[in-house]
Amino acid sequence: MNEREKVLDQYSGRVFKNRKDHIIELDEAGVPQVIAANSRSIPGLMVNRGCCYAGCKGVVLGPIADAVVLTHGPIGCGFYSWGTRRNKAKPEGEGAKNYLQYCFSTDMQEPDIVFGGEKKLRQAIVEIMEIFQPKCIFICSTCPVGLIGDDIQAVARWVKSTYKIACAAFSCEGYKGVSQSAGHHIANNGLMKEIIGSGQAKNSKKFAVNLLGEYNIGGDGWETERLLKQIGYEVVSVFTGDGSFEKMKNAHTANLNLVQCHRSINYIAEMMKAKYGIDWIKVNFIGIDETIRSLRSLAIYFDDAGLKQRTEEVIADELAAIEDQRQYYRSRLTGYTAGVFVGGSRSHHYQNLLLDFGIKTVIAGYEFAHRDDYEGREVLPDIKPDADSKNIEQLSPVADEAHYHLTLSKERFAELQNEIDLETYHGMFREMADGTVTVDDFNHYETEKLIELFQPDIFYSGIKDKYMIQKSGTPSRQLHSYDYSGPYACFTGAINFARDTYMSISAPAWKYLTPPWLVSSTLEGSIGGTENA
Amino acid sequence: MLEATPKEIKTRKALRVNPCKTCEPVGALYAALGVHRCMPHSHGSQGCCSYHRTFLSRHFKEPAIATTSSFTEGASVFGGGSNLKTAVKNIFDIYNPDIIAVHTTCLSETIGDDLNSYIESIDIPEGKVVVHANTPSYAGSHIVGFGNMMSGFIKYLAEKSQAKTDQIAIFPGFVNPGDMRELKRLAKQMQVHYIMFPDTSGVLDAPNKGHYEMYPQGGTTVAEIRGLGAVKRVLALGEVTCTPPAMVLQAKCGVNFTALPLPIGIEATDQYLMELSRLVNTEVSDSLTEERGQLVDVILDAQQNFAKKTVAIYGDPDIVLGLTAFVLEMGMIPKYILTGTKSDLFSKRGEALFAKFGVSGCQALNNEDLFTLHQLIKNDGVDLMIGTTHGKYIARAEDIPLVRAGFPVLDRYVHSYMPLVGYRGAMRLLEMICNALLDRRDRDAADEDFELVM
Ligand code: SF4
Ligand code: SF4
Repeated sequence: MNEREKVLDQYSGRVFKNRKDHIIELDEAGVPQVIAANSRSIPGLMVNRGCCYAGCKGVVLGPIADAVVLTHGPIGCGFYSWGTRRNKAKPEGEGAKNYLQYCFSTDMQEPDIVFGGEKKLRQAIVEIMEIFQPKCIFICSTCPVGLIGDDIQAVARWVKSTYKIACAAFSCEGYKGVSQSAGHHIANNGLMKEIIGSGQAKNSKKFAVNLLGEYNIGGDGWETERLLKQIGYEVVSVFTGDGSFEKMKNAHTANLNLVQCHRSINYIAEMMKAKYGIDWIKVNFIGIDETIRSLRSLAIYFDDAGLKQRTEEVIADELAAIEDQRQYYRSRLTGYTAGVFVGGSRSHHYQNLLLDFGIKTVIAGYEFAHRDDYEGREVLPDIKPDADSKNIEQLSPVADEAHYHLTLSKERFAELQNEIDLETYHGMFREMADGTVTVDDFNHYETEKLIELFQPDIFYSGIKDKYMIQKSGTPSRQLHSYDYSGPYACFTGAINFARDTYMSISAPAWKYLTPPWLVSSTLEGSIGGTENA
Repeated sequence: MLEATPKEIKTRKALRVNPCKTCEPVGALYAALGVHRCMPHSHGSQGCCSYHRTFLSRHFKEPAIATTSSFTEGASVFGGGSNLKTAVKNIFDIYNPDIIAVHTTCLSETIGDDLNSYIESIDIPEGKVVVHANTPSYAGSHIVGFGNMMSGFIKYLAEKSQAKTDQIAIFPGFVNPGDMRELKRLAKQMQVHYIMFPDTSGVLDAPNKGHYEMYPQGGTTVAEIRGLGAVKRVLALGEVTCTPPAMVLQAKCGVNFTALPLPIGIEATDQYLMELSRLVNTEVSDSLTEERGQLVDVILDAQQNFAKKTVAIYGDPDIVLGLTAFVLEMGMIPKYILTGTKSDLFSKRGEALFAKFGVSGCQALNNEDLFTLHQLIKNDGVDLMIGTTHGKYIARAEDIPLVRAGFPVLDRYVHSYMPLVGYRGAMRLLEMICNALLDRRDRDAADEDFELVM
């Protein structure tokens, strides 16, 4: 039995049949592997997935600090997604408000469920306008709302016409799709329809970019922006870390979209290409080598001598600043092994960072990725939509003549595609070595089993399994929240990450798991029980 | 911080801002974790379950296990019967608990899934049990959900018995494992034979032994829950939380109950011990008398640091009432006490405490949120806040010291191991309150006023 078979061994018929396609052991390098992904979880298995609402409100819309995000539903959904994701923000400018410290909900009660909640939703908005006067409101619905049929889209139209502010409604009921992923898509659609392109700014600066799929967890986005600005890029908007709907309105004026988290935001990248002609490029600012590769790809894209030179200067400066620590942590961490199980992009990104410090990833997986996140976008034509994914609206925007602008000629675009990750993404598998195991939609049982089989020195995951893993004697760090540390992006971020990893592995308390009296007797004379015989 | 909060208070009819409560299922999940070898199961789509587990883990810094029916759009339209059936089979196959405690979510409640008939139609392995509770969040907070899950266990399991045992049942309410341990220590000292239900000590404060146990040692056993029908009496600690399940047990098995306030502070702890003493006919031990005397002693010693200071207390009803009673005993003024849970009883009991200690100008508010609390404070400030982590935004905005107590505390460690109940719990509270105020005095003192001895 190989390791994969050992994990599957415990499962009975139907569960086995389902799970076997979600667990892949890479054995022959280069042979493309197929993994089942983005399909329904099995009831009763303790999975780590969240819901559509969590993906829409929690992930994509939540970080937008200058918009009021109103959860239409009973209290829990909104309460849990209040301030729990570390998407830092610091709104700029006179009178700029930061709504991230607030949780807005209609707190639906029984009569609202029975007689409909639309009236309460409208009243809640009247009160928001009276008390807060925001310039933008996002309405997000939770499970019951879809069932009772409240028309939140109509409410959004009413808000726009009555108050002349921006408003978008997101029908992101938790039961839609199979995970957070559906919510990302719904959020992307809403932002595309209502926000992007609604600003009046003109395309001006040459090196103007948007940073997509960067949520500024622990300040990652700020660190990335710092480097980009130093090199000479103008960051028009970030989707959505420290995000501002005011800036997103003018996102269409950028010349290139940088995609950090492919899973959650690739829809916007594609739609902006179709509508505005903006190319996108897959970047990764997690990991030293990857940051360098990403920065150089950008410079190649814009093909400007000054920009190229500044890119190299910044890289050299940043490297010089971290060199000692990089060597130090590399010497401490080389040879360790890791498990990496996070959402839909990070499990790939962090493998690169781990390698920077000599740590090998032996097991990895995603909660809610699609096949392309594992196998690369090459498989996109092979993915057949199923009943769950068909329910999510697929927008096909047409070119907006007024704002359409191509940065590269067709020929240059084709040429560059061979050189850099232009509108492509090769997926996680490509990074992984022989004998490693990948698990899609991993569950509690599989996590336990994988740890037992692979005994990684450290396991990166989320809060739901962190403490279980630590109790099994394995250091565990949260890669959603960074255990309240960070930033982990770019050069200094890499050092922060290495420092935290080393701290976790080398905590003195690991030595005290077993009390001394369990390994040597304290009762003199009683050994073997012969004394009193 | 919280710059968008205006001072002027406008009445709101529909908008909830910065809630001071959460939803029923998380309470149900917590109650179910207090049953030995129990798998809590969330009947709905997986988002709720994910949020609830995450939330409990953030408070306790412990694994919080639970499974879900993983509804998709189809189940949401046609009902979740087959999802539950599949789930139950898989849970017993893979995680092998003794009992599965199903709670509903807003989704399955809105559809109208009939859990009774679903569970009846499921093949349950020999010796295993499946119970359920209805926990629609649009009808109550996490406190209600906690009580509903207790009632669910009782309805399915408690057995009526003519012969009563010499046991007392203690319902500790929605408190930390540290509190449950302390309540048990006090009962043991009183030589009481008891069943604590539920009991998360030994589950959500389990030790690290270097190997993971899905079902740690703690928790009320299924046999004990069955035995609830035969106990002499129930002590329902925390009237708001525990009266409903105590009434369910009374109706089903004819067991009478005494509802007491959570034993936070001197008098409430006195009451707990006196009641135990009456029930089992034992004297309160010298060591407990000593603990009590120590508590009174430190209050008097430190009096000057907190007397007449005003405080805002917010969180869950029974804990807030307990804390209110104690700060009154300390000589403080609980200017605002507030819970997000809807409970007129809370306000009534709060008012009664204000009257008893003769304090005026205090308000007891239920079904309110932290936005209201902040506006009240903006209009008329307080010296101290006591409550859950979510109040830290207000504490920072208004520069008020904050003592963390209740559920949830997300940004501190160890708290769940330590009691608020009993004389020891009160002493700990006193230390936290006093330190918070003294640290503030130190921070704000000019050099020439900076004291070595205080
Ligand atoms: S739907 Fe209901 S049960 Fe689920 S998280 Fe929201 S409030 Fe809680
Ligand atoms: S009710 Fe629905 S939207 Fe809310 S947390 Fe649960 S699954 Fe998500």
